[in-house]
Amino acid sequence: MRQVAIVGVGYSGFRSISPDLSYKELMYEAAAKAYDDAGVDPRRDVESFVSVAEDFNEGTSIFDEYVPDQIGGVLKPVHTIPGDGIHGLIAAYMQVLTGAMDIVMVEAHSKASNVLTLSDVVAYAMDPIYNRPLRANPLFIAGMEMNRYLYKTGTTEEQCAQVVVKNRANGFLNPSAAYGARLSLDAVLSSEPLSYPLKRLEVSSHADGAIVMVLASGDVAPELSALPIWITGVGWCNETPSLETRDWESATYARNSAEMAYRVAGIRNPRLEIDFAEVDDTFAYKELQHMEALGLCREGEAGLLLEEGTTELDGELPLNPSGGNLGVGHLLDASGLARVLEVVLQLRGEAGQRQLEDVETGLAFGWRSIPTTSGAAVVLSN
Amino acid sequence: MAMRKVAVVGAGMTKFMRRAQETGRELAFQASRMALDSCEMTLDDIDAVALGTAPDAFDGLHMKGEYLSDGAGAWHKPYMRCYVGGGTGVFAAIQGWYHVASGLFDTCLVVCEEKMSSCQPHPQAAFLTIFDHTTERALKPNLVWIFALEMNRYMTMHGIEKKDIARVAVKNKRNALDHPCAQLAADITVEDVLNSEVLAWPVQRLDISPTSDGAVAIVMAAEHVAKRITDKPAWVRGVGWSLDTAYWTSRDLYYPKYVEYAARMAYDMAGITEPRKEIHVVEPYDPFDYKELHHLEGLLLADKGDAARLTAEGVTARDGNMPVCPSGGMLGVGNPIAAAGLMKVSEIFWQLRGEAGKRQVPGQPQTGLAQSWGDLMQVGCVVILGV
Repeated sequence: MRQVAIVGVGYSGFRSISPDLSYKELMYEAAAKAYDDAGVDPRRDVESFVSVAEDFNEGTSIFDEYVPDQIGGVLKPVHTIPGDGIHGLIAAYMQVLTGAMDIVMVEAHSKASNVLTLSDVVAYAMDPIYNRPLRANPLFIAGMEMNRYLYKTGTTEEQCAQVVVKNRANGFLNPSAAYGARLSLDAVLSSEPLSYPLKRLEVSSHADGAIVMVLASGDVAPELSALPIWITGVGWCNETPSLETRDWESATYARNSAEMAYRVAGIRNPRLEIDFAEVDDTFAYKELQHMEALGLCREGEAGLLLEEGTTELDGELPLNPSGGNLGVGHLLDASGLARVLEVVLQLRGEAGQRQLEDVETGLAFGWRSIPTTSGAAVVLSN
Repeated sequence: MAMRKVAVVGAGMTKFMRRAQETGRELAFQASRMALDSCEMTLDDIDAVALGTAPDAFDGLHMKGEYLSDGAGAWHKPYMRCYVGGGTGVFAAIQGWYHVASGLFDTCLVVCEEKMSSCQPHPQAAFLTIFDHTTERALKPNLVWIFALEMNRYMTMHGIEKKDIARVAVKNKRNALDHPCAQLAADITVEDVLNSEVLAWPVQRLDISPTSDGAVAIVMAAEHVAKRITDKPAWVRGVGWSLDTAYWTSRDLYYPKYVEYAARMAYDMAGITEPRKEIHVVEPYDPFDYKELHHLEGLLLADKGDAARLTAEGVTARDGNMPVCPSGGMLGVGNPIAAAGLMKVSEIFWQLRGEAGKRQVPGQPQTGLAQSWGDLMQVGCVVILGV
C-alpha cells in the first residue's frame, strides 16, 4: 500500500462563541493556514477536497453547496462526509491510497454557538418511531450508559470526575483550548446531575472553530514537509442506531475501530506501541470507557490508571494532552479532527507547554456522540 | 502507479413509488438484500458499507446516515456516508470505488436510500432550506423556480423550443414502460407535455420527474474477488466529480461546466479520448427533461445546443446510435434523489451485462456512463463502467 502523510495543518479557534466570524471565515482561515503550512496552492496542487458537516448542525440543507469557495475548491473534486472529522480524514486518506491523487485536503468545523437549541437538534437524531415519542432529553442515554459502565467495571464517580480535572487542566496549557481551567474534584462532583450519575461539569461544552489538514502521498510528502506525520493505520465502525439492542457496556464501536486501525498499522500490542492518545471525552466517563475499548488497558483498569497518574502529561500513557473535548470544547463534527490535530502537533514537537517527550506513535479516536455508536480511529507516527 | 481494479458485481433496487409504507431503514434493507442476493453473497462477505442519502430535512432526521446504518447492513462494519446533494447517488458509487481501490477492503456494499414522502405536505418545502440564509432564503425560492431560470437560459442561448425539449420526457416515460420498478411510466405525446400545467415558465408539470421513495444498492469488489463472484464483472473504468461555486447567480447557466470537468476527469482515468465513439450507453441525470440535453452537452457527447437535434433524430432512442436513459430515467422511473443516481449506475451495470430485459439496448454495449447532478446547479458526478 502507498504511504500517506499529513503535511499541513491549520485551525481557527477554538472559542465558546465567535460572533465576529462566519463559518465561511472560520473555514477560510483554517484552510489558508493549512495550505501555507504545507506550502501548497489549492488551485494548482490540491486534487480533491473533503468537507465534514451535518445539515442540521449547519441549519442548511445540502450544506456541501456552501463549501468550495472558501477552501479553494471551486470546479474541483469536492465532496462532503456527514460523519466525524476522522471519517473525513479517512475518506481523504483512501483517495490518496487509490493512486489517483497525491494531495487531498480535509476540512471540518463547528459553529455550535449559532445553534440556539442544540439539544433539540440532537433529539432529531432519535429513532422517529420508537424513541422520539418518549420526548426524553437524549442526554439520558449518556446517563444510563455511564451508570452501566460504573456498575460493570467498578469505576467510581470520583474517577470520572478526575478525568474532568485532568483534561481541563491540560486545556489550561493549550492556548487554543476554550475551556482550560483548574478545577477541584469537589467542584466537579458537586455540580448538578444532568442525567444521574452524569454531572454538568462532566459534559463537554461546545466551541466554535475549523480545522483543515493536507494529506499527501509518500511520493510527494517529503518535498512538502520537513516533518511529515505518517498515517499508519485507520479504522472505523458503526454498531447500531437502535437503543434497544446495542452494547451498553463496552463501546464496541471503539473496540472494532481500534482493532482495524491496529491491524492496518501492524500494531500487535497497543499498550506498548502507542505512546499517547487523544480519545473522545465528550462525557468524562467516555475517556475511561474508550481507553479500555481501544485496548490501551484492561477492562475496569482505566480509572485506576488515571488515579495513579498514568494518563497525566508526565505519565506513561498521556491521554488528551490537548485537554480533549472537555478542555478544548466539543467541536461538533470537527471533534475527532481536533484529536488528530493534537496528535500531529505533539509528533511534530509543536505542542508548546504541554509537549510530551520522546513520542513517536499516537492514536486519535473520535465518537459521533449521542445517540450514535459510530467511531473512527487513526494511528499516526513521525 | 497501477491502480487497483474495482468492479460492480451485483445490484438491486426497490420499486420507486410516491409513498412507501416501509421506513427508510426497511427500504435500505430491501435494496441491500436484493443486491447481495443478485451475486449470491451475504453480509459476512462485505468488508465495508458506503451510504448515500440526500437532505436530512426530508425525514426530519438528524444524522440520517446513522439512523439508516443497520438497515444498510453496516452493523459492526466500517460505514461512511457521502453527500453531494442531488449528485449523491452516483457519488456513492465513487465512494465505494475508493473504498476498494484504496486496498483497505476487498468488497464494499453501496446503498442509496431516499424517502421523500415523510415531508408533508410536499418535499419541496425542505428545499427552501438549501438556499443561502442571508441572500436567498428571504425570497422563498424553490427548485422549480431556479431550474426554470436555467432552462430559460439554455433555450434562449441556443434558440431551442419547448417542443424540442418535450421529446425527452416522451422518450424517457415511454422507456420506463419496460421498467418493473417505474413510478411514472407513460405513453404520452409532445402535445401532452406542452399542454400540461405551467409551474414556473418554461417548466411544465410533465417536464419534471416525480418525488419518490425508494432504495438501490450495488456490490463492488476488487479484481481477485470479483472474478470469483461473477464471470461478468462490470469494471469501474473511470470516475470524476466537480463542484462549482456556491454563488450560482454569478454563473452563466446555459452550460454545466462542472459536468464537463467531471467527465474529463473520468475520461482521462478511463483513457477515453473520443467519448462519442467509445461510450455506448448513457444514463445522464434527468430530473427535468432539459437536463438530459444539458448534461449530454456537458459530458461532451453532443455539441453545445445540439442535443435536442440528436433527440429529434432518434439518436438517443433505445435503439439509436447512442441510447440515452434506456431505463426511463428519473422522468419515468422516478426520482428518490440519491437512489435515483445509483439506479443509473445499476442500469449501466445491467445493460453491459445484457441483463436489462425489455430495456436492453441492441449491439452488446461495452462501455457505459452514468452521471448525476445536484446542489445549486453546481455538482457533476460521473462513473464509467466497462466489460
